[in-house]
Amino acid sequence: MVHVVAEVELPVDEKLKIYKNRLIPEAGLCGDEKRISIVTGTHGDELEGQYVCYELQRRIQEGKEHLKGIVDIYPALNPLGIDSITRGVPGFDLDMNRIFPGNTESGAMPEYIAAGIVEDLSGSDMCVDIHASNIFLKEIPQVRINEKDRRKLVPYAKLLNIDYVWVHSAATVLESTLAYSLNSTGTPMLVVEQGVGMRLTREYGDQLVDGIFVLMKKLGIWDGKVIKPKKPIVSKDGMVSFINAPESGIFVPEVVHSNRIKKDELIGNIIDPLNGRILNSILSPVNGLVFTLREYPVVNKGSLIARILEM
Amino acid sequence: MRKKILYELSSIYRDNLRIKGYIFGKGEKSACVVGAIRGNEVQQLYACAQLVKALKEIEKAGKIKEGKSVMVVPCVNTYSININKRFYPIDNTDINRMFPGYNQGETTQRIAAGLFDTIQDYKIGIQFASFYMPGEFIPHVRMMRTGYEKKELAKEFGLPYVVIRDPKPYDTTTLNYNWQIWNGQSFSIYTSETDKLDIDNAMQAVRAVLNFLDKEGILEYQGHDGYISRVINENEMVPVKSKNAGIFEGFAQVNKSVQKGELMAYIIDPYEGNIKERVMAPCSGTVFFAHDTPMTYNNTVLFKIIEES
Ligand SMILES: [Zn+2]
Repeated sequence: MVHVVAEVELPVDEKLKIYKNRLIPEAGLCGDEKRISIVTGTHGDELEGQYVCYELQRRIQEGKEHLKGIVDIYPALNPLGIDSITRGVPGFDLDMNRIFPGNTESGAMPEYIAAGIVEDLSGSDMCVDIHASNIFLKEIPQVRINEKDRRKLVPYAKLLNIDYVWVHSAATVLESTLAYSLNSTGTPMLVVEQGVGMRLTREYGDQLVDGIFVLMKKLGIWDGKVIKPKKPIVSKDGMVSFINAPESGIFVPEVVHSNRIKKDELIGNIIDPLNGRILNSILSPVNGLVFTLREYPVVNKGSLIARILEM
Repeated sequence: MRKKILYELSSIYRDNLRIKGYIFGKGEKSACVVGAIRGNEVQQLYACAQLVKALKEIEKAGKIKEGKSVMVVPCVNTYSININKRFYPIDNTDINRMFPGYNQGETTQRIAAGLFDTIQDYKIGIQFASFYMPGEFIPHVRMMRTGYEKKELAKEFGLPYVVIRDPKPYDTTTLNYNWQIWNGQSFSIYTSETDKLDIDNAMQAVRAVLNFLDKEGILEYQGHDGYISRVINENEMVPVKSKNAGIFEGFAQVNKSVQKGELMAYIIDPYEGNIKERVMAPCSGTVFFAHDTPMTYNNTVLFKIIEES
């Protein structure tokens, strides 16, 4: 059943509503069911999660008798952003994932909405927040975990059928994310990053849905058949090499995203179309896996080109 | 006056982005003033330009103290200001959320690092800053409560208020915060406008900085003394929120007093013209902040009042 989680009136004949759909067992609820919350659309230009929300429900409907717990689906935490192709909250120039846990007293509209979202998600037995990088970079399916939640969350991340678990160091600025707000108050949340902004990568979506069923089975929410999940690589920051553009220009990749690369092999070239020449050939500093690769060709000096996991 | 390029970045088809510093006096790095970091900070740019103009005269008159120097950086982000875009053109990131920066990182981290490396040794850091919420303010000095903040110094600007803010996680990447952690003394000056010019207000900010530099013994400036500042914590202000959305018609004015129960604004139905809500003052005091766009959502802070003590 569809519920409204938070609501704000816009100036001219429109209400902004944050929706969730709650799926429950056919036989009804007895009160001690586990609850999983699937969340996406905090960044309006990240759409990979849209397909996941749909496909997850389609498969649940197909085997309704196997649903033993509550599945809450929140497909659009930033509906104005999704509908206007805006990453942040339109009208505020604000990254919605930097305002949690929100504020109902003295904040602006997005902070009021954020507080409603946190309240509604709190108490879930598990949450999955699906992101899709941005328009610049393509990511292999991965879960990102704050170092301080490593013990609690890595075992669950391994069920999600993703390729990679990145345990990153704690930065103060990340304390304003939805995942931090929930994890630090006792509601576990896994953050998935996969694919690229403004696009759907269906194979990645199917892969993650397979994983969500494995996670639901572990939690006792699903008792149907599930796959055996992929064994992801788990690493800390030290294993990740960041490759940034040494010059401004147009980036043309030579490697294929998600492939392995050898040290000194060509990642790609930065070219100068005006003079018809290569400005810079970028070589891999390590042997490893290209888990992040630039999709958007225009680069300034410093733009991220790739992230390579040393292996 | 000496001009110095503090940081330079090339792009594929645009002229280079150059961060320029204007240096007055010689010797100890006494104070540095930074202007527009976001592309809409035209008022901040203008205030810096007027400060450069005033400092030229002061230097010519030999009134910069021996062994002291002041640097002004009018604009950090020409790429945005020239195309009327608030954040960095390519990736839409905010340079004022990238400090202290990282010279091997993303473009805006490099710009932040390039700037911060050249200004961090100045003993006093002053930024002409803008707020993320649209609206009008009483001009004030703002400091973060980091444990290093010196409120008494902030009063030397002679602006009506010194506002102390408890930093939130996202504040820890601003210039103001990092400057204060680094050198102990950093202030942000907020004037009422951002993307429009308010010349009186900009000149008030310029005089405030010159007053401050005079009191700190960095230069000689004969201004009037300004206000005796009142120090207030941001959390102590009383927010006045909308209960309805619609067209906003404000009556209460910034820097004016209101009485408890006084009418501050109407919220009007955008189709039928009737008054949906009369926004009343919940307490008596001075209006510190006022919403200044013609529309409002519900649950939006329309005013902030400094309650009468
Ligand atoms: Zn995201």
